[in-house]
Amino acid sequence: MDPRRFMSASRVFIVAGKGGVGKSTVAAALVTAARRIGLTALLVETDGKPLMLGGTVDAGLSAQTITPADALAEYLDRSGLGRISRRLISSGIVDVVASASPGIDHLLVLGKVKQLERSKAADVIVVDGPAAGHALTMLRTPRALAESVVVGPIRQQANDVLSMLNDERRCQVVLVTIPEPTPVNEAVETAFALEEDIGVRLAPIVVNRVDDHENIPIPDSVSSTSGLVRAARFRNTRIDGHARCIADLEHRLPLAQLRLPLDTTATIDEHATQLLAAIERLPEPPDAP
Amino acid sequence: MTSGVLDSVLTTARVVVVAGSGGVGKTTVSAAIAAQAALDGRRVAVVTIDPAKRLADALGFGAGQPIGNDPVRIPLDGARGELWALMLDTRSTFDALVDRYSPSTDQAERIRSNLFYRNISGALSGTQEYMAAEKLYELHGDERFDLVVVDTPPTRQALDFLSAPARLRRFIDHPLYRIVIAPSSLGLRAVNAVSQPVLRTIARVVGAQALDDALAFFRAFQGLDAGFRERAHDVDRVLHEATTKYVVVTSAQAEPVAEAGFFISELESQGVGTSLVVANRLMPDFGSADDVSYDSPDPLRENLRELTAERHAEESVLLPLRTRLAQTPWISVELVAELLDERHDTLAAIRRLGSVLGTSD
Repeated sequence: MDPRRFMSASRVFIVAGKGGVGKSTVAAALVTAARRIGLTALLVETDGKPLMLGGTVDAGLSAQTITPADALAEYLDRSGLGRISRRLISSGIVDVVASASPGIDHLLVLGKVKQLERSKAADVIVVDGPAAGHALTMLRTPRALAESVVVGPIRQQANDVLSMLNDERRCQVVLVTIPEPTPVNEAVETAFALEEDIGVRLAPIVVNRVDDHENIPIPDSVSSTSGLVRAARFRNTRIDGHARCIADLEHRLPLAQLRLPLDTTATIDEHATQLLAAIERLPEPPDAP
Repeated sequence: MTSGVLDSVLTTARVVVVAGSGGVGKTTVSAAIAAQAALDGRRVAVVTIDPAKRLADALGFGAGQPIGNDPVRIPLDGARGELWALMLDTRSTFDALVDRYSPSTDQAERIRSNLFYRNISGALSGTQEYMAAEKLYELHGDERFDLVVVDTPPTRQALDFLSAPARLRRFIDHPLYRIVIAPSSLGLRAVNAVSQPVLRTIARVVGAQALDDALAFFRAFQGLDAGFRERAHDVDRVLHEATTKYVVVTSAQAEPVAEAGFFISELESQGVGTSLVVANRLMPDFGSADDVSYDSPDPLRENLRELTAERHAEESVLLPLRTRLAQTPWISVELVAELLDERHDTLAAIRRLGSVLGTSD
């Protein structure tokens, strides 16, 4: 598939995956890849967590961070409540506002993403979302609030965010997993919940850190207790395990897979190269010109 | 009987809190520590507050097996002690707390049926962490157990876990709460002047119904706050006791290592030390490719070279943390490739991991 076509499928890509699968790395690689093919791209962090990739992030990759408190202040400003909003925030009443209507902090963050999308802040907006379980909670919020809050600005905001989430040309979710049993199980559960509960479109799923090496032949002539043979057995067990998990994922989840190779020393630039190559390996969609 | 690093941590421990990023095997390590202590004669309760119900899986519980908010005995062959496990149910733990501190069953019922309460007790982030701390406190005082092992949610929420009691106290001491309950203590006139513009603004933002529910909750909560405050103080004390040990688990990937470093810093800022670091799922050491004879087959040598390069890459990812924590006990655990296969026997794997942890020095 042509990477430009892939990247322009929607403006917002929300990257979600459980901890330790390399979600932030994939989000950074996606932004880098988009820029390389000539698009403008913005990386958005949602939980106030600084990008913690040690030396792997190239200097040009700055991220915009959205925190619930900032999003609330901005929202109150836009709703014409500017003066009072500063008082609300400084007095700590924000905490209780969030408590009084659970999920409002999630909605505010998504509302800010929606605003970036509406103002066309970049060709591609990549949101490094919270870890899988929390991503689901966050994305469920707009519908829950749209159903429980009858009137007012929150209802309006929830509806606006929901229509962004439900429009595949505006927003898609990129799930990230690794080829191991627990992460695959969680990815499948999250995928179905996202589609059924929220109605958000899923982009091809990223299967990260795949050992796709061929099996290592182990000749009888080498002592079975030698490090060479133990290493080969370890490698073969891992290769087979990954292949089994990928087949299992393919069987349970009808999504195209973007498989990224296991490469423990790759920089973000190299990850971006691998991601572009994986995108090019995808079949062109049937309605392609 | 084991000796070594884990043993020296467990000897003086009444509570072990296991923290770390997701995906590093934290739940399995918690279960392994608990199993190892039970084999050594301790009466152990292991708690998970991870909603993914992974501990149940790790302990070999199939769907429908009785694991829940009350401890369930896990049979462990050859154990001189006992292993119990439970999964935290945030809502029922909160309910029990409301029942305990309500002056009357009427009032308890009023709180429990309040929409705002139902929202915060089930879903609000922070509540879950506080209820985990509450459960830990309850088990700590339960005579059936002499050791409580707590598996925490991924790192950032685990921090909430430590500060949850303090945050609950802040919530109870909150200006809005005082505004709402003030009519009975300060007199109505003064209060209205302060509260109305604020309440009107909040109502505009969240909707009048949500605000009404919150106000009703705060009114119903009157009389319980003293008990809650005292309880939060007690829980906080247990979390900071010398017999409460913090174990940080990481894998050798950049993100989990960064999370582990962040968590250790937060612990330090709360005046709590890290008792043990478990570097988990590491590439085993198969020896050097340079040492093997040149007539061995090329693919074998090439593979050993690649896996050795992975191991070195892992070492350099872990090095800054290891240098920083030169004085902290550290256990390196090699990945067992079979663990990547979900057909393996999990309880056996947990026991094996426990014995690796137990014999490291």
